[in-house]
Amino acid sequence: MLSNIGIGFLILVLILSFLTIYNASLDLKISNQLIKKSIYKLSLFQTTFTILSFFTLIIGFINSDFSLINVYENSHTTKPFFYKIAGTWGNHEGSLLLWVNILVIFSYLFLVFNYNHDKKYRLYTLIFQNILILGFLFFLLLNSNPFNSIYPIPPEGLGLNPILQDPALAIHPPLLYVGFVGCSIYFSAAIASLLSGYGGKLFVQSIKSWVKISWCFQTLGIVVGSIWAYYELGWGGFWFWDPVENASLLPWFAITALMHSLIVLEKRNTLYAWVIILCLLTFILSVTGTFLVRSGILNSVHTFASDPSRGIYILLFLSFMIFLALTVFFKKYKKENYNFNLKSKETFILANNWFMAFFLITVLIGMLYPIFLDVLINVKISVGPPFYNIVIIPLVIPFMILMAIGPKFGWIKSKNKIFLKVLFFILGAGVINLSIFYFFGRYSLLSNLIFIAAVFLILHSLLDFKNFIINKNKLELPRIISHLGFGLLVFFIGINHQFSLEEDFNLKVGEVKKTNTYEINFENINIKDGKNYKAIIGNFKLTNLKNNLFQYLSPEIRIYPNPETLTYEAAIKTKISSDLYLTMSNVSRSEYYNIKFQKKPFMIWIWISALIIALGGFVQLTLKKNEN
Amino acid sequence: MLTKKVKNRILFLFFVFLISVVAIFFILKSLNKNILYFSSPTEIKEREDIPFGKAMRVGGMVKKGSIIINQQEIQFIVTDFENEILISYSGTVPNLFAEEKGVVAEGSLSDKNFFIADRILAKHDENYMPPEIKEIIEKNAK
Repeated sequence: MLSNIGIGFLILVLILSFLTIYNASLDLKISNQLIKKSIYKLSLFQTTFTILSFFTLIIGFINSDFSLINVYENSHTTKPFFYKIAGTWGNHEGSLLLWVNILVIFSYLFLVFNYNHDKKYRLYTLIFQNILILGFLFFLLLNSNPFNSIYPIPPEGLGLNPILQDPALAIHPPLLYVGFVGCSIYFSAAIASLLSGYGGKLFVQSIKSWVKISWCFQTLGIVVGSIWAYYELGWGGFWFWDPVENASLLPWFAITALMHSLIVLEKRNTLYAWVIILCLLTFILSVTGTFLVRSGILNSVHTFASDPSRGIYILLFLSFMIFLALTVFFKKYKKENYNFNLKSKETFILANNWFMAFFLITVLIGMLYPIFLDVLINVKISVGPPFYNIVIIPLVIPFMILMAIGPKFGWIKSKNKIFLKVLFFILGAGVINLSIFYFFGRYSLLSNLIFIAAVFLILHSLLDFKNFIINKNKLELPRIISHLGFGLLVFFIGINHQFSLEEDFNLKVGEVKKTNTYEINFENINIKDGKNYKAIIGNFKLTNLKNNLFQYLSPEIRIYPNPETLTYEAAIKTKISSDLYLTMSNVSRSEYYNIKFQKKPFMIWIWISALIIALGGFVQLTLKKNEN
Repeated sequence: MLTKKVKNRILFLFFVFLISVVAIFFILKSLNKNILYFSSPTEIKEREDIPFGKAMRVGGMVKKGSIIINQQEIQFIVTDFENEILISYSGTVPNLFAEEKGVVAEGSLSDKNFFIADRILAKHDENYMPPEIKEIIEKNAK
């Protein structure tokens, strides 16, 4: 029943998509500035039906309607209500439906909100967005239909992977999807801009908010994923350079570069071609990431859908998109004149783009190199985190310094006065670094430089913030917040990395382990029944040997019945200055429990700094409204 | 004669080119240093030039009844159904680590029969089999 309703909605969306393209191309020939009412209506209907199809699937999950294969494979009647809903997008088919939803909703919103822009440009955007919608809709219907039915109807579902039953992971996919799929709209808009010749300042104004929205959501999505990895995966780290994490980082680099060069295009009306390339690249990288992850080509911890046929379809569609974009680009490309003075804001913004391009290429090479070797000479390798750390971290130093100085420069050409101040700040940062060095203990030259650069950026941003309070120039505020966030992020990651403690050992119940700074007493275990799992809870008493203060931590081993799966829940005591992190696991039911104990300084500040970066973007979005 | 503008542009392009070359060289060099090769127990036994003490990955199935635990470490045997290797590891194992399941260990060889792991790789999915191991098992099952 639900199966037919869902498929019915999707087919309606498909037909409406064709109608929209047809009507829009007819309307292109009429030379007035008003888009026909019927096109608005078509687009509105299309949005309504897509959302309805998504709700149909959600209802299927809530009611545990196992006549749908997708519900049968990914849900279970005993699952808590919240995770039944979250299960809708916690699998390949459902998440693809969410993907199509965002494509359609953004298409409609873009059409409506840009009413004061050129008609041809808006129509072309609509057409290309609908081509994308068609592409993914066909994929959904033919290959990964969430509404496929099953007969006879099974009495019980297979259950959602317990590791995904987690609040952070429930909101992680929608955030990332708004971020990644949101890029589609300026992919379409970029092609439309080339075709209609609608460039420059007005073009920037039409896509600016969309770039910011997707940037904010990408940033948030990545942070939430990272927080989840920290407390759920049980190794205590938050960034692992796993191929999936890398796949999410690639579009983020591109979009961050885009956000910066948009400013140049708006203010100085140059760099048009580069902005277009970045618009195209961002979405292409988003789809590439999806392709690599979903096809199972990349060996990663996210394995929830690896089916080569999916990969081939996405690859074909991806090639089509790239081909289309490049053809239009080279046909319409006009030569530009670049006249940049070295000491100007635009040069520094370009420098940001260079760095972003470098980071992007590094991560891309690290990601793709193993695939190439495997295909070419059948050698299996993987690229470890040290590669990324060695290549990226040294470059973060000049990057942060430029980040601090850049915004000080004016457009076109500036005076030299700035440099004195810079010198003063570098000295200040050096002093602070030395005091960290003195209080915490020694560390390497590279770390020293990182701390100096980070503190330099933080001081600069704080000074800018002070100036903001005096002169109330709101346009500067988002930049100050995000740059400050980045400085803090690097600073706290540096400290965290440098001064973390980690101990691994095996204990029986009742035993005590002494490390240099802590005594860990494994007091007892008890068993508790959760909503849909059984938990073995270990009770540990941790005594700090320096001041004899003690704390109790209780990590868990959870046993989920459908299908029988174990998860290890870390016990984390978060304080302002540090996190205590304890996990317990058990191998083949022996009497020894496998314990990992970590003390991680300033963990919570890493999350806060990352959220501050995203906050900058949201502040900018609210500013946009006030200006209009 | 070249005008000043053209000269500047040539200089600029030259620098861009130079920086790109240096950057790519730098990336590839550190890439080569930080590659982890994946081997099966049989490959370790048969290859003459296998490096000791260098970071690499070993994968296969955890042999039934081979897991031994004491206060410092976990020891287990990884097999590809032809040869096997003893692995010693101290640290937390991922939740899907069990007898007769696929496993990938990261660490270094101390000799041809003994591997010291720093990390056992975690996977989300209970039905998941790392592609490398799947290949080994398919090959040896014939």
